[in-house]
Order: sequence, then structure tokens, then C-alpha cells
Amino acid sequence: MSILVNKDTRVLVQGLTGKTGTFHTEQALAYYGTKMVGGTHPKKGGETWSSGVDGTELPIFASVAEGKAKTEANASVIYVPPAGAADAIIEAIEAEIPLIGCITEGVPVLDMVKVKARLMGSKSRLIGPNCPGVLTPEECKIGIMPGSIFSKGSVGIVSRSGTLTYEAVFQTTNAGLGQTTAVGIGGDPVKGTEFIDILELFLADDATKSIIMIGEIGGSAEEDAAQFLIDEAKRGRKKPMAGFIAGLTAPKGRTMGHAGAVISGGKGGAEDKIAAMEAAGIKMSRSPARIGVTLAEVLNG
Amino acid sequence: MNIHEHQAKALLKTYGLPVAPGVAIFSAGEAEAAAKSLPGPLYVVKSQIHAGGRGKGKFKELSADAKGGVRLAKTVADVVANATEMLGHTLVTKQTGAAGKEVRRLYIEDGADIARELYCSLLVNRESGKVAFVVSTEGGMDIETVAHDTPERIITVDIDPAAGVTAANVSAIASALKLEGAAKADAATVFPALYKAFVETDMSLLEVNPLIVLKDGHLRLLDAKVSFDNNALFRHPELMTLRDLSEEDAKEIEASKFDLAYVALDGNIGCMVNGAGLAMATMDIIKLYGEEPANFLDVGGGASKEKVTAAFKIITADPQVKGILVNIFGGIMRCDVIAEGVIAAVREVGLKVPLVVRLEGTNVKEGKAILNNSGLDVIPADDLDDAAQKIVAAIKGKQ
Repeated sequence: MSILVNKDTRVLVQGLTGKTGTFHTEQALAYYGTKMVGGTHPKKGGETWSSGVDGTELPIFASVAEGKAKTEANASVIYVPPAGAADAIIEAIEAEIPLIGCITEGVPVLDMVKVKARLMGSKSRLIGPNCPGVLTPEECKIGIMPGSIFSKGSVGIVSRSGTLTYEAVFQTTNAGLGQTTAVGIGGDPVKGTEFIDILELFLADDATKSIIMIGEIGGSAEEDAAQFLIDEAKRGRKKPMAGFIAGLTAPKGRTMGHAGAVISGGKGGAEDKIAAMEAAGIKMSRSPARIGVTLAEVLNG
Repeated sequence: MNIHEHQAKALLKTYGLPVAPGVAIFSAGEAEAAAKSLPGPLYVVKSQIHAGGRGKGKFKELSADAKGGVRLAKTVADVVANATEMLGHTLVTKQTGAAGKEVRRLYIEDGADIARELYCSLLVNRESGKVAFVVSTEGGMDIETVAHDTPERIITVDIDPAAGVTAANVSAIASALKLEGAAKADAATVFPALYKAFVETDMSLLEVNPLIVLKDGHLRLLDAKVSFDNNALFRHPELMTLRDLSEEDAKEIEASKFDLAYVALDGNIGCMVNGAGLAMATMDIIKLYGEEPANFLDVGGGASKEKVTAAFKIITADPQVKGILVNIFGGIMRCDVIAEGVIAAVREVGLKVPLVVRLEGTNVKEGKAILNNSGLDVIPADDLDDAAQKIVAAIKGKQ
């Protein structure tokens, strides 16, 4: 098993015709034949997209609703530029796409405030924005994660940072553990899915035997997740976990690349997050190079 | 993007918000005319720098008992004397760091008869995903201290994006601030206007500290700190004229031209990394091995050879840098592109300090081969741990 995506996931691409959308769609098709079923473009409906790699052709629809009706897509991935990203997400929500992954970096935060309000009570789950997507090894790749570092296995990985997700994936592959699914939830302050949502799915997934959680400075999502884990453990739901927090050395008040990575108002510091996660039973690695080894140590007692 | 207090007040005034009359000046020669244009008899001379704590700040060049960065003046001559003393000098506050910031402009403002000092800010509450008012009766002081010592005195009011600021929201804020009479009546327009300004201009922070109740009972914004969401500036070209480059680090300005996320720090190991989280983690592991990073630098997901070259030049231009660590985990980013960019930059600007390069991910073999065949003195590393140990050892070897 896995979470969110598997070999039956049918993916529509919003922003397929652009350079980024084209490149990553080619990569996804090449990754164990991820079921890419079409793309959308408001002015290019009826045209056909073809892969520059192997000539695979995909239909382009004028809207997400039309694309969903004609392809039975149950997921979409968004590569449209920041100015149009929120509208693209809202279009997918209105079309009742169950899983929406927004890769776009640099979406204005107030646009995401509007999106968040639309998500409430909707039939959609949004991953991102500003995230690397979701990947279930040997089954489905939504987004921009490099498929070559994955191996099928038993670790669930959830992270706020893209490239640190890759570190965790690579290290668990090298440790011989492999992954069930890796989810990058994104580094923006307002996003579709938080740690808790993904941890809940990993706890419920039988194939996921252990979990890696990677956070960073800013906000209190890690503390909230730690409290969630403590509460679930009391109900007997618990899996071995390792973790890492980026930004121990970051100065206060300076935004570290991710719009969400800033220590402000005396909140969001790395030490507090590490302490909260340790209190929830997560073995924390002080070094980003030892996340996989740390998990292996937990599993080997 | 941050702007100055006088710019923030001018902007907020266009939303009908109550601010005192004031004039920004750039030289002491303008002080007299500025003061004479105000009603008096009380004036405030305020240093305009992008940092808080100005009132308690100290000027580096002046004697220790000289007054701070915000001063009261009772005559026009007094305004001129203070302006002359402040302009061109370096103000050190809690937020500037020891180096301080040169005061290049002042805001001469009409004085106020203050009855109460309150705190009010707007920001995006990430827990709720909504814009929120954060208010407190404890105004005029460091809000982080209030948050730490008396968190119950800070009230957060989330605003529903569809409804905007409702009468119930205004009532909740007014009651949290214990507003009465004229101030309570003002609240019905002041808080919705603050929200309108925040949303329409895509602010990321609007902080009024203090928001005051005047002796005549009305509300006034005594200070205003505004930051805009950089991701939304594309739809506000008019705001770009408010940017003050002299307030920004020269290296950060250069980096922003190439769309690189760069933050200057105090250490001596320059870092070039892809991805914000990995860039922070790289800083952390340098520290773990006993050295300090000279910067945060995220070259982003789809960097070109030119972007990598620019990044490398910015790092090497920093005289503090005694060694460089390049750490790339290629997803979209191809390792061969990074290798070519690094080599192009080294050929152009030379390499006077040790350089450790760790490449992993897409096209890693090609990238490593390019570096190995370049004939340059690059120290290759196998993983992040190895890379950090090698750069720290290389620096120690040189010292």
C-alpha cells in the first residue's frame, strides 16, 4: 500500500504546454508509466501535446472540468506561473478533483488565504504550493522529485522542504529501507496540507512501518504535529519515527528562502520544535546527513 | 520588501487612516522649513531606518549619553539642532546588529498628546490560514516581551476573507483594546481601513506600535511598520518606487537581480545550495562541525549556468569568506549545469579559498566528471557529512 497516489492514479496537468509542465510530464511518464491522462489550457482545448522524448500524445482540454469528465482524472498537478496558480487551484477545487498538487513557487500569500477558504468543505485535498509533489515508488510520480533515488519499501516521508525530502529518500534507500510514499507539503506559510494530515495517513497505512518527518523554522506546524502524535499514541496508534529540523543557525527575523521559514514573534525557533518532536517520541537527527541512519538505529533498537 | 515609516504613513493616509502631519527630510538644511510647515508646538524627529527599537537606539558616533533615534523637540530651532546631530550618523538598535544603520532620512512629525498606548498589527495567521488582527493593550513596548511575559494580554482576531472585517470583528478588537467614546467610534472605520490597506497592497505585515488614544479621545497611528509580500510585488509596480536600496545589503541586492535567495550572515564559510531547507541544513551542519556560515544562498530549482556563476561571484566577493561549500541535490537541477557554472565562475574570478563540492541526484556522474577534468583545485565530497567535514578541515588548515 501507499498513501495519496498509486498505480491507479490518473493525473491531469494544469500548465502542461509550458516548458516546466512539459519537462516534468515527460519525466512522470518515464517513471513506471505514471498515468498522465491529459492537460488543460484555456485557449488550446482540442489540441494535442506530444512528448519530446518518446512521442507519447496527450489531449489538451479547455478546462479542468472537461478534462476530468473525459479522462476520469482523479488528480491534478499544477505548473502554471505564480500569478495564475491560485485560480488554477480554485478551478480544480470546483471540478472536484480529489487530489491537487501545486508545484508553483512564489504564490502570493493572500491568494492562498482565498484558496484555503475555498478548500474548506470541498471535495479536494491540496498538496503545496511551493512543493516537490508526491511520489509512490514504482507506481506514480506527481511533481518534480527525482525518481532515480527512490526504492520501494516501508518508510513514509513527509517534509516541508523539497531537497531535504530528497536527502531523506536517498538516505533511506541507501539504508535498505525504501519508501511507501514521500510527500513534500511545501514551504509556504499558508498551504493545503499540514504535517498532521499526512501523519494521519501514514499511521493508517499498513505498509508504512516507520515515518520520517522533516520540518524547518517558522510557524508551529511541527509542534502541532508533535501534539497530534502524543494524542494518537495514547490511543495506541504509534510508529517508529525519526526527524530533522532545518534552521538551527538561522538568525531571527530573516526569511530563509521559503516564505514560511522565518522566526518571528518569538515563535518558530528550531530548538522548540526539536524539543516538541522529541517529546512525541521522534528520534531527532542533529545532522541532515544522518536522517536515514537515525531511523535505522531506531528500528534496530 | 520593507518600507520606511514615513512611506507607510503616507500610504495609510490614502486609506483615510489617522496619522499626524509630517515631512520627510534628507538633509539638515530642510529641517527648518519642515518644522515650520507643522502646527507645533511639539515636534518629533524620527530616524528613518528599516529596523525597530529606534527610540532606545544609540548613535555610534555620538557620546553615550546622547539621545536616541526618536527625539522630542519643543521649538523649530530644537528640531534643526537634533536633525543636524542625527543625520549621517549610525544608529544601533536591538534589531540592527552591532554594525548599526546610517540614518539618511528623518521624519519630522507633529507631536501628540497621548492618553493611552496600544498595540495593533495585521499579519497572515498560518494556523488559521486567514489574515488576523493581533492587538494588545500593552502598546509602545516590545511585543515579543509582552508575548513572553503576559501572553494573555495579546488577542488574535481572524478575519474571514469572504466577509472582510465585520461589525462583530470590530467589536471584538475594540473590547480587547478597552476602547471607549470617540476611540470606540473611530474603531468602526480604522480597523476596516487597516484591513483594506493590507489586502489591497498585499502586505505581509502591518504593525502599528503604538496605536494611541489621544487626550481628545480619538485614535491615531503613532508608528507604522509595513512589509510587502515579495511574491505579490509583480501586481504592484507602483510600490517598487518605495524600495530603498541603501537599506539593503549590497550582496543581497546583487543576488535579487538574479532571482537568488541570499541572506548575508557573519561566518566565514560561503554556501551555495539548491532548496531553502537544504540550504538551512547546510548552514546547520557547518555549525555542527564548529564553523559558521557566511551566508544563506538558495540557487533555486531551475538555475542556469549564468545564475550559478552569479551566485559564485557574490559568495567570493565577500571578504569574510575563507572557504566555499557547494551542496547540490539535483532534482530538476542538473549536476552538470552546476559544475559548468562553478567552473565558469572560477575561471572568471579566480579561486583564492578552498572549495568543496558535493553533488548528488540528476546527472551526478556527468557533473563530477566535468569537475574532475577541469584541472581546478576542487575538493570533491561524497555526501553532506563528508562535505561539511572537508570544508571545515580545509579552513582550519589555512588558519
